[in-house]
Amino acid sequence: MEQITILEGRQKQIFEKKNGVSQPDIACDTSSLSGSVSQRACVFCGSRVVLYPIADAIHVVHGPIGCAAYTWDIRGAVSSGPELHRLSFSTDLQEMDVIYGGEKKLYHSLIELIGQYKPKAAFIYSTCIVGLIGDDIDAVCKKVAKESGIPVLPVHSEGFKGTKKDGYKAACHALMKLIGTGSTDDISKYSINILGEFNLAGEAWIIRKYYEKMGIEVVATLTGDGRIDAVRRAHGATLNVVQCSGSMTWLAKEMEEKYGIPYIRVSYFGIEDMSKSLYDVAKYFPDRPEIMEAAKQVVSDEVKTLYPSLQKFKKALTGKKAAIYVGGAFKTFSLIKALRSIGMSVVLAGSQTGNKDDYARLKEMCDEGTVIVDDSNPVELSKFILEKEADLLIGGVKERPIAFKLGIGFCDHNHERKIPLAGFIGMYNFALEVYQSVMSPVWQFAPRKGGTL
Amino acid sequence: MKHAKTATQNACKLCNPLGACLAFRGIESCVPFLHGSQGCATYIRRYLISHYKEPIDIASSNFHEESAVFGGSHNLKIGLKNVSDQYKPQVIGVATTCLSETIGDDVPGILREYKKEFKNGSPMPILIHASTPSYQGSHIDGFHAAVRASVKTLAEKGEELSLINLFPNMVSPADLRYLKEIFADFKAPLMLLPDYSQTMDGGPWGEYHRIPPGGTPASAIVQAGSAAASIEFGSTLEASKSAAGYLEEAFDVPRYHLSLPIGIKESDKFFSLLETLTGRPRPEKYEDERRRLIDAYADGHKYVFEKKVILYGEEDLVVAMTAFLSEIGMTPVLCASGGKSGLLKKRIRELVPNMDELEIKVREGVDFVDIEDEAKVLKPDFLIGNSKGYTMSRKNNIPLLRLGFPIHDRFGGQRMHHLGYRGTQELFDRIVNTVIEQRQNASSIGYTYM
Repeated sequence: MEQITILEGRQKQIFEKKNGVSQPDIACDTSSLSGSVSQRACVFCGSRVVLYPIADAIHVVHGPIGCAAYTWDIRGAVSSGPELHRLSFSTDLQEMDVIYGGEKKLYHSLIELIGQYKPKAAFIYSTCIVGLIGDDIDAVCKKVAKESGIPVLPVHSEGFKGTKKDGYKAACHALMKLIGTGSTDDISKYSINILGEFNLAGEAWIIRKYYEKMGIEVVATLTGDGRIDAVRRAHGATLNVVQCSGSMTWLAKEMEEKYGIPYIRVSYFGIEDMSKSLYDVAKYFPDRPEIMEAAKQVVSDEVKTLYPSLQKFKKALTGKKAAIYVGGAFKTFSLIKALRSIGMSVVLAGSQTGNKDDYARLKEMCDEGTVIVDDSNPVELSKFILEKEADLLIGGVKERPIAFKLGIGFCDHNHERKIPLAGFIGMYNFALEVYQSVMSPVWQFAPRKGGTL
Repeated sequence: MKHAKTATQNACKLCNPLGACLAFRGIESCVPFLHGSQGCATYIRRYLISHYKEPIDIASSNFHEESAVFGGSHNLKIGLKNVSDQYKPQVIGVATTCLSETIGDDVPGILREYKKEFKNGSPMPILIHASTPSYQGSHIDGFHAAVRASVKTLAEKGEELSLINLFPNMVSPADLRYLKEIFADFKAPLMLLPDYSQTMDGGPWGEYHRIPPGGTPASAIVQAGSAAASIEFGSTLEASKSAAGYLEEAFDVPRYHLSLPIGIKESDKFFSLLETLTGRPRPEKYEDERRRLIDAYADGHKYVFEKKVILYGEEDLVVAMTAFLSEIGMTPVLCASGGKSGLLKKRIRELVPNMDELEIKVREGVDFVDIEDEAKVLKPDFLIGNSKGYTMSRKNNIPLLRLGFPIHDRFGGQRMHHLGYRGTQELFDRIVNTVIEQRQNASSIGYTYM
C-alpha cells in the first residue's frame, strides 16, 4: 500500500500512546493548517450550532446565500412546539450590497421577518464579508429591537475571526444577554439548567425526564427544544449541568461569575457516564437525600432492562476495534467507555476542538498503541483506520463516506443523527447501530475483507 | 397573506463556490481548493456528500483575521504547497469565495508568484483559477465558471482532431455515463468536461486514495482547442460565460448550443446533431430506446394529461423539463428558479411557443417561500424538483417528485438518469407512478391494479 505521510505542520497534533514513555503534550487549540482539508468548519458554524435549536426565535444570516443555505434544517434538533429554527433566512447579499453596505437590507429583512413570523427574539449572524464591509449590525439590531419590542441579538460570527470555538463563545455571549431578563419566581431550590444538550432526536427530553423523576426542576435547556422565555430565567437555577463542554463551558463560567451558579460537567453517553450525571446532580443536593434515592432508582430501573439487552451486541462485537473522530473531546471519553462496555477497544481517538486537558485525559484513558489526533483530516483518518484495522468509525457526515469507501462500519454521532444516542435508551440505540453496521454481511464484498475490486 | 420580502427565506439556490468544487471534481487528479474561510469548504463538502455519498476532499486556504486584513496571498501559497505535498495532485482547481473576492486578492497574480517561488519543490500541479464570488449568481454560475476556467487554462490549438467536446452542464453521474456510452456507440472521440461519473459515484477502495480515480485528464482538456466541434447543454448558458463559447472565440471550434436533452424532441435534436457531426446514423440501440419511450408515452398518457405541476431548480433544468412536460400534455403552472439569468422565460418560450395559452407562469430569483405562496393559489397536482421542496410538499400535502441536485432525503440521486431517451423514460415512469400512487392512496377501494 502507498505510504501516507503526515504534513510537517500537523505532526505535533498527532501521537500514539506508548506506556512507560514520557510523551510531549499534543498541540491543539490552534487554527487549522491552510490546505490540510480540516474537518472543522468556521466561527459562524460554531455559533449556528449552539443557537440553532432555539425554536421560537428567528435565525437570520447576514451575508451571501451560502451560509444560510448550507445550514437550512440540517440538524436533528427537534422542538415540542414552534419550529422557526427549521427555516432559513438570509439577507442574500449581492454585489451592490457589498459595495454600498448591507445595513438597510438587514433592517428591512428583520422588520419584515419579525412582522411575518412573530418570533420571541431574533439572532443575527454576521458572516465573513460583513466583517469586511463594516456593516454596523449592533446598531441595526438595537434599532429593530426598539421598534419591534423583542430582543434582537447580534452574533459576531464572521467565519475567519478564529475557530469554531470562537463561534461557540459568540453564541454564548448572545445568550448571556438574554439570561437574567426573566422572572425567577417559583423556581425550586432543587433546580438545574441543562447546558450543551441540543435535543437531537429528542435526547433532551429523555434526560429531562430522568432529572424530573429525581424531583429536580429543569429551568432551561440550552439550547435543545429551546425557548426564549426559558433562557431568560435560566439564572434562577441552582446548578448548571454542562454537556458538550466545548460549546457551553464558557457560558457556565460566565453564569457562575455573574449569578454565582456553580456548574458540573457531565456526559449522557454510555451507562457509566449517564448514571454519573444523575448521581453528580443528586450529590449537589445533600439536604434532600430522596433525590439520591430517586437517582439510584432511575439508574437501577433503566439498567435492569438495558443490561441484558446489550449482551447480544457484546457477544458479537467483542474484540472489534473502533476509531472515534468527533467534534468535542469530552464525548470521546464517554464513547471509549461505552464501546468498552460492549466489548470493543478504541484504536484511534480524536476531536476537532479538544484542549490540552482533554487530550491529557484521553491519553490516560486510552490503551497502548491508540493514536490520538487533534483537528485531523480525511487522509490521516484513513491512514490510521487502515493501519489499525478498525472495524468501526464514529463520526459525522463528512467522515461517513471515508468509512464506507474503505469497507468499515460507521456510527453517526453528530448533529444530524435521527436516533437518540443519549440516556440509557440511547446506549441501547448506540449498541444496536454499531452492531448493525459492524456485523453487516455487506462488508464481505469490501476489498479489505477479501472482496474483489 | 402576501408579505413584503427583502430577505431570502428557504433559498432555492446555493452559492457560487459549490458549483465550482463539483466541476473541479470532474477533472482527473484534481483537488478543489477554496480561497476563503474554512467553513466554506466544510459546508460544501457536507452538502455534496449528503447527495453523492462519496468522500469529497476540498482544501481551504483557511483565512484568519490577518489574512483578511493583509490579503490571503500567504495562506493561499502555504495551502497550495500543503495540498501538493499531501495529495500529489496533477491539478488544483482554485475557486474564490465572497471573502477573498471582497478583499480583492489578485489570485492569478498569486498563482504566478507561487509557481515561481515553489518551482523546485514537488512536481508543480496545473493551477486553475475560477472567480466565484458568492454574492453573485448561484451554484450553477460557479459550475460554468470552473469549466470555462479549466478550458481557458489548458486548451491549445493543435492539428485539427475529429474530437467532439461535450460540456454537459450540472447533470448526474448516471447521465454522464450515458453520454459517454452514446459517444462510444457513435464511435465518436469525446472530450467530456466535467466528468465526475466515477469520482462522485465510484466503487469501493482497497486502499486509501488521496484523490479518487476517474475524471477528464488534463491532457484531454488540452486537446479541446483542436476539436472539430463543441456541444454545450443548457439553454440559459451564454457563450460569454461558457467553455464552448471560449473555444469558439479563441480557437474557432464551432459551438453547438442545445437545451439539456430531456423529452423526445430535445433528445432528437441531440442525436441529429451527433449524426451530422459524426456522419453516422444513430445506433439501433437508441432507436429502440426511442421507440420504447414513445410506446410508454402512449401507455401512460391518460395519467399525466393536464396534470398541473410546479417545477423548480436550476434554470436550464427547468427549461428542459418544461419542454418535456409539455410534450406529454402536463402543464407546468409555475416554472421557478433561484437563479436569475434574465433568460428563463425567453428560453422556455423558444421550446414551448404556446406557453401563454398553457398559462405557464415563469419566475426567476425566487425562494421556497415564494414558491409555496404560488402553490397555495395554483394548487398543483405535484411538485417536481430537488429535495429542498420537501418542507413545502409536506406542509401543503402536495407530492414531490425528486430530481436534479440535491437529493438529500432519498437514496441514489447520483444514479438517477435525466437525459436522452433513457433518462426521459426513467422520468416518465416515475411521473406516471407518482400519479398512480396518489390515486391509489386517495381511493377508498384500494385497487391492486391501476
